[in-house]
Amino acid sequence: MTAIPVDDNTVQDPTRRAPLVLGDADLASVTQTVCEIAERPRPPTSWYVAFAVSVALTGGLFAAVGYLIVTGIGVLGNNSPVYWGWPIVNFVFWIGIGHAGTLISAILFLFRQRWRTSINRFAEAMTLFAVACAGVFPAVHVGRIWLVYWLAPYPNQMDLWPNFRSPLLWDVVAISTYGTVSALFWYLGMIPDLATLRDRATSRWRQLLYGLFALGWRGSATQWHRFEWAYLLLAALATPLVLSVHSVVSFDFAVAQVPGWHTTIFPPYFVAGAIFSGCAMVVTLAVPARAYFGLKSLITMRHLDNMNKLILGTSLLVGYAYGVEVFMAWYGGNMYEAFAFANRALGPYAWAYWLMVTCNVIVPQLFWIRKCRTTPWIMFLIAVLVNVGMWMERFVIIVSSLGRDFLPSSWGMFKPTAVDVMMLVGSFGLFFTLFLLFCRYLPMVAMAEVKAVLPPDRGPAPAVEVD
Amino acid sequence: MDQAARETDSKQVAGLLAEFDGPQALKAAASGVREAGYTRFEAYSPFPVHGIDAAMGRRRTLLPWLVLGGGIAGGLGALLLQWWTNAVDYPYLISGKPWFSLPANIPVVFEAIILLSALAAFGGGLALSGLPELFHPLLSCARFRRATTDGFFLGIDASDPQFDESRTAALLRSLGAGETELYDRPRTEQKVPRPLVMAVVVAACLALLPPLWIARVRATRSASPRLHLVSDMDFQPKYLPQQSSPLFGDGRAMRPPVEGTMAVDQRGDDPHLLRGEVEGQPATTFPVAVTSDRMKRGRSRYDIYCATCHGLAGDGDGITSQLAFEREEPKWVRPLSVHSQVVRDQPVGQLFQTISDGIRTMPGYSSQISVEDRWAVVLYVLALQRGRHATLEDVPTELRRHLDTALQGDARTPDTER
Ligand code: HEC
Repeated sequence: MTAIPVDDNTVQDPTRRAPLVLGDADLASVTQTVCEIAERPRPPTSWYVAFAVSVALTGGLFAAVGYLIVTGIGVLGNNSPVYWGWPIVNFVFWIGIGHAGTLISAILFLFRQRWRTSINRFAEAMTLFAVACAGVFPAVHVGRIWLVYWLAPYPNQMDLWPNFRSPLLWDVVAISTYGTVSALFWYLGMIPDLATLRDRATSRWRQLLYGLFALGWRGSATQWHRFEWAYLLLAALATPLVLSVHSVVSFDFAVAQVPGWHTTIFPPYFVAGAIFSGCAMVVTLAVPARAYFGLKSLITMRHLDNMNKLILGTSLLVGYAYGVEVFMAWYGGNMYEAFAFANRALGPYAWAYWLMVTCNVIVPQLFWIRKCRTTPWIMFLIAVLVNVGMWMERFVIIVSSLGRDFLPSSWGMFKPTAVDVMMLVGSFGLFFTLFLLFCRYLPMVAMAEVKAVLPPDRGPAPAVEVD
Repeated sequence: MDQAARETDSKQVAGLLAEFDGPQALKAAASGVREAGYTRFEAYSPFPVHGIDAAMGRRRTLLPWLVLGGGIAGGLGALLLQWWTNAVDYPYLISGKPWFSLPANIPVVFEAIILLSALAAFGGGLALSGLPELFHPLLSCARFRRATTDGFFLGIDASDPQFDESRTAALLRSLGAGETELYDRPRTEQKVPRPLVMAVVVAACLALLPPLWIARVRATRSASPRLHLVSDMDFQPKYLPQQSSPLFGDGRAMRPPVEGTMAVDQRGDDPHLLRGEVEGQPATTFPVAVTSDRMKRGRSRYDIYCATCHGLAGDGDGITSQLAFEREEPKWVRPLSVHSQVVRDQPVGQLFQTISDGIRTMPGYSSQISVEDRWAVVLYVLALQRGRHATLEDVPTELRRHLDTALQGDARTPDTER
């Protein structure tokens, strides 16, 4: 048997614990590696290029939204019979992406998967930005956006209250709760690292701003004690939350009677799909980011390997769900349901259906091969394809079901407009703008957490090593 | 140096800071300091050192209880909100399901539990750690900056009863401290700059104005119509009646009826019957036979179509009008009493026209009431007027006897009677 190279932590060797951090990192060097990214006086030119493109696309998004608001909802492709077109496809897509962050942060934290420490910050940031992108769509597609406050229960001159038994209202509550809790979780975890940036700050401005957001953190035993409790509790709360959010999103469909929607498998199926797409997005972002910002020793190949295994696992779940759907359509004996699935696979949107199956079920099977799990460009490619596939999945569910439901006389095809396309592309712009700003100004890796998982001999020279 | 100066000087010492080599050393030192009887000390590290709470003799935090409280409040609050709004204050009938059913309310209850307990965990966690605390003596100590990178420190507060500069330092050194250093309270109280405070106060006050304004508007009454910030669908790209349009040769947006179109009422053109006019003037006579049956028919139509506004007796006090006045509807005009002199002076043709075409704020009824029935209503209105202004002479002599007995049996005068 050949010796395992020290810097390869992807091999399972029962005789030793695979290191979570590679190289000879110690406390100071972890801080140095992570902080210097945020401290560089000016980022490399490529950052500016990427940022300029993203900001331009974001501008496109805002322009499209502005145009939609002043003109009316007719600028979108939504129309009879597909009243839920791209806006809802994009919404479900982004919300799904947002699930991996909380999964990695909260669920893996509760399961004591310590390898999560290097990627959780980044995954949480991704969650937050994805939720921000998701929020744009339902908000603007309601039409008269200046009246969205009608969704809130407040005493009003119309003597009306929102209908709390509507899944659409549950959705509002779930998404806003999710956004809030994800933000709290992300920010709470970042406070000690913001304090590190504050303490290293050389300019007055940075000291003030980081200082303000670090809230005066000093890393005292009392503070750490409360912090760990608060973090643990938030993780314990976020775990059921993340499962509930996409379940609630799936109720938007499952509670309706449209063939292809009205099924009880939707909540678990949606959650699995969400985690699947979110993990793919983490890999899509992490592969370039770790190479680009020199974080390979912190975000190691083992992390990516683990993420890819998660993708493979959730891909199997999603594939199983597709299979069950088809089976139930046949076994249930409901002709509309049976037609809905025959129509998906063979009808006018068959291309979308098979693209979805290919990207979500077939392509990820490559991750059975170790080489694919550990080669950056291959995994990047697969992850991007999974993102495409998951977008297609929402498209198939929404458009093919609405396009042809019960009455053939009211069937129709969906055609996106330029505004639809601009909004989708622009939402990626918004996402990457926020992400690039995050990479530039905030600690990308949870330093304090990584320090706690460093091998004990890498800490400062142990003087009074007791145990 | 005199005694007083020394006093103030030592007061400025906030505590003693000692650096240790690593988490284990820090833990050992913490328990050593505790055994020496100190109570006001704190250990600082770049990451949580497990077991240090026990070494320092700290008790568990009550944060979990706060979170539990938040969760219970969120759950009960959401349940109460849904029950009150959807089952009591504005009951929603949804497919004949019960007004209140727990399962349908679970998603919102669940999210509210999570939301409030998460807020409690975050807010409580910060508050129990004494954060935010933007100014602290240690934060201006240069060496202490390493506490968030790789420094392990123990700080003993000068207010500790055991504290003594030299003895405490000796104790720390004996526990393995590398360097010890006194840290001071900042000589000048660190304060938020005054202009900043003022700006925040002013901004906060200004932020209160809009809600106050809204509250005021909602609590007071106004004759002007509601403010419309966004014109919503007030302006639509469409033509309204009587507008002009360049699209058609005649410049009118409204199209004339197709040639050969016939009126709904096909009885030819009888101006007296259909429009209540004779030679261009309001008719003074009925074009239909005046019979008691017709008057009864008129009464039934009047009670249906007119009484809501004009009242059963025609005084202009119908239920719609009463309600409008109760609600102080700004645009409501009181319907004219049919007993007023202006109306009484009108020829029947004019009354017919009022009913057919409406007048000022009163809508026309030609589409709802047939021509014959409209004349019947006119007849009934005349009867109402006649009844209200009747004199004894109007009553046939042979019936006056009955009138006397009726008046005796009922104290009301005919004038206030309907
Ligand atoms: C929706 C409420 C409403 C209904 C229903 C209604 N009216 Fe009127 N009517 C009014 C109002 C208001 C006026 C006073 C209009 C004004 O002064 O602007 C009025 C005025 C009149 C007048 C006086 C016209 C004049 O020359 O000044 C007559 C007569 C009259 N109504 C008869 C009728 C009769 C008969 C009916 C049933 C067919 C009827 N109205 C139904 C609201 C109503």
